[in-house]
Amino acid sequence: MAETLTTTLGVTDDAQLAPPSKVGDRLFKSLAMVMGLSVGVLIVLVGFTLWRGASMSVHHFGLGFLTGSKWDPVQEVFGALPFIYGTLVSSLIALVIAVPLSIATAVFLTELAPPRVRQPIVSVIEMLSAVPSVIFGLWGIFVLIPWLRMHLFPWLQKLFGFLPLFQGPNYGVSMLAAGIVIAIMILPIITSISREILRSVPDLQREAAYGLGATRWEVTRIAVLSYAKRGLFGAVVLGLGRALGETMAVTMLIGNRPEISASLLAPGYTLASVIANEFSEATTDLYLSALFEIALVLFGVTILTNILAQLLIASTAGPKASRAIQ
Amino acid sequence: MNTSSRYHAWRKIKNLTMSGVSFACAIVVIAPLGLVLFYLIAAGAGAIDWHFLTQLPKPVGETGGGMANAIVGTLALLGLASLIGVPVGVLGGVYLSEYSGERMNWWIRFGADVLNGVPSIVWGIVAYTLVVVPLKGFSAYAGGAALGFMMIPLIIRTTEEVLLLVPNGYREAALALGIPRWRINLQIVMKTALRGIVTGVLLAGARIAGETAPLLFTAFGNRFWTHHLKDPIAALPLQIFTYAISPYDDWHRQAWAGALVLILMIFLINIGVRALTRGRFSGATR
Amino acid sequence: MNASVAVTQPRREGAALKTKDSQSLPLTRLATPGGKETTPRGTPVSEVAFEVDNLSCWFGQHQAVQDLSLQIPARAVTAIIGPSGCGKSTFLRSLNRMHELVRGSRLSGQIRLFGENIYGPRIDPTLIRRRVGMVFQKSNPFPTMSIRENVTVGLRLNGVRNRVALEERMERALRMAALWEEVKDHLDRPGTSLSGGQQQRLCIARALAVQPDVLLMDEPASALDPIATTKIEELIQELKKDYTIVIVTHNMQQAARCSDYTAFFYMGRLIECDKTDKVFTNPSNKQTEDYVSGRFG
Repeated sequence: MAETLTTTLGVTDDAQLAPPSKVGDRLFKSLAMVMGLSVGVLIVLVGFTLWRGASMSVHHFGLGFLTGSKWDPVQEVFGALPFIYGTLVSSLIALVIAVPLSIATAVFLTELAPPRVRQPIVSVIEMLSAVPSVIFGLWGIFVLIPWLRMHLFPWLQKLFGFLPLFQGPNYGVSMLAAGIVIAIMILPIITSISREILRSVPDLQREAAYGLGATRWEVTRIAVLSYAKRGLFGAVVLGLGRALGETMAVTMLIGNRPEISASLLAPGYTLASVIANEFSEATTDLYLSALFEIALVLFGVTILTNILAQLLIASTAGPKASRAIQ
Repeated sequence: MNTSSRYHAWRKIKNLTMSGVSFACAIVVIAPLGLVLFYLIAAGAGAIDWHFLTQLPKPVGETGGGMANAIVGTLALLGLASLIGVPVGVLGGVYLSEYSGERMNWWIRFGADVLNGVPSIVWGIVAYTLVVVPLKGFSAYAGGAALGFMMIPLIIRTTEEVLLLVPNGYREAALALGIPRWRINLQIVMKTALRGIVTGVLLAGARIAGETAPLLFTAFGNRFWTHHLKDPIAALPLQIFTYAISPYDDWHRQAWAGALVLILMIFLINIGVRALTRGRFSGATR
Repeated sequence: MNASVAVTQPRREGAALKTKDSQSLPLTRLATPGGKETTPRGTPVSEVAFEVDNLSCWFGQHQAVQDLSLQIPARAVTAIIGPSGCGKSTFLRSLNRMHELVRGSRLSGQIRLFGENIYGPRIDPTLIRRRVGMVFQKSNPFPTMSIRENVTVGLRLNGVRNRVALEERMERALRMAALWEEVKDHLDRPGTSLSGGQQQRLCIARALAVQPDVLLMDEPASALDPIATTKIEELIQELKKDYTIVIVTHNMQQAARCSDYTAFFYMGRLIECDKTDKVFTNPSNKQTEDYVSGRFG
């Protein structure tokens, strides 16, 4: 046997095979490592770019930037408070609407729904998350706003007009409109993360409760929801992080008026929207720098929110839940 | 005896009520999709015709015209973004799964998740600083860069997950044959996971295709065909946005049409992905 | 009684294998067809394939193999038996430098393959792994490759492009693995389309295609049915004419059937290593006797 092999291939030892190239291994590993570290590079890049662009404005306005409520490009007076206010309020409205709906839906999907019902609903929610923000904005302008202006808002004003929350003229474009649309957009993510969290609750907990003769709702309340409290809170915070960064639909529905008003029916302005509207029109360096600083604030706030969310989710469900974020 | 059976009945009612409530919530959650799709189709389907798909926008005020350049522009931007996003993302995922240690892994994953949470408009600003300013103008390159940066953390995570699913037995068998590490990763591990990698890339593409904010001051939009990538370029989401906030009815009509085309593109990619992964993951038990 | 290691001294060429009781065993020198004294790869063959000196292996803090010294004779089948967790697989993987791939693993001692220290400072482990092939417990043909591609993968991914040579090597390897007749008409079917026993023979063919000096087998038949197992055992008897084979098995009958020499491991130590007949009928060590008669393990 050995002879015929020799004649076909010549020498039958290692000389025939390419020497395992250390170069190949090292090159590939280095290349892959550089790509992996790009994550760190990108984070630094974003932070650095924003910081450098904002430095003029930071030096000019100092901390007063965050508390100033006047945004006047003509006189070059820039204060971020209206936008901070608008971002927070619209996000809060979104959370108030979306969180109960999402968690209840997650409960329904994990504890109650038979598989044949669950799968289509899950698919629909996934499809909902694939709809781009600008399309929600489009729908919002031509479908939601008219309906709000003609039906919901007058009704709210009739019933709750004594509250400053619902006073003032009714344009349709408003904080509330933006909040509703943001809510629609963060429903999928809060639902899917909550679902992962609830799924990670060990069956042992449920069985223990059932064994005590609890009804399904009681099992859910006692064994599942309270066990998953921290993770669910993380899901909520994650939704908040998404809400804070929403740009297009908000820009199209919020009215874009840099004023602080107590009424939810009044127009507003968010950090992301002002950048979207005014960045390419910024006429002076200071104007542009102020917008950079707004972006820096937005970046900082969303990063912190997301980090908090990650930590909360990981502490309950482990690393598996965070993949549901995609 | 009496009170306990009444209390028990109350518990049953509460149970049923909560079941009903959570079911109702589920319906409310899926309703918006139906509403949006309904209006999209109602308002948009009528406006999609051959002209719409093949013509350039008409000047302001004139009716007619189409979004041909925007459709092509979106595809071009996707291509440019993939040039950055796919190599960096896939190889980064390979590094996470095959090479790096526990601690490094944790940091890179954490970083990727943080990046995934960055608002897309911030990426637009980064691309503005890095590309628009040096090139002294808006360009397809800038838009591609912004979208490409967004793709990187997405693809890193999906690639890593898929590679981790490749059973270790294959790596061991290949090592025992004396095959160099890099060939194992490239021609055996990645090849086994190829379908999953492609799926991840497609899903990232679907996400990116609908992004508007990062393009606002990078690609910027263009009413005409773009002949050089260093010029501004039109994109579907941008065009939809511009038309939607305009005062012209005809443009509103076209905005709906464009939105329908965009959503069809995105859904098609998602359906394609689902076809690729069919049967791969058994249905979850809850 | 004495659970001490059977220490064998480094041997000269031609000397007999010593056991603990200093009884010399005549080593049968198996003649190759054509009388060549090389392995199929071309390495000059001596009496002893592996000389292991004071080998210790750790996983982190846990020591899996303790100060083990052993000689593995060439062109023979050496079986390694012992209860689970006794270090058999760890030892096997130190022979082809796979142990070091586990994070946190450590190794000390020396292992010489036909006289050459495989852990030498300038030795490339990838080269060692080409010379020392391995077949695993769970057959693992690559799922994206056909039968043909599976067999030739070791050659192709190491740079061999010559189609004719690849085909020849593939046929040779499949014949040696007693699989050729069964698959020769569908070489382009996926490797995973074969039955369990066939897949394992495919993996053997894959390992043989790169022409190793030694073939290591880690419980190769434990996942197979009795008929497939018999085929594998017959194969081993054929292969030992050209290859040195080291097989780890928890099945004592298999060791008794297949092997020429048997080494009994317990708790990371070598208790006894001798001709298989002797180990099973008249072991020198009480622990060995207890194990092979089924009193424990």
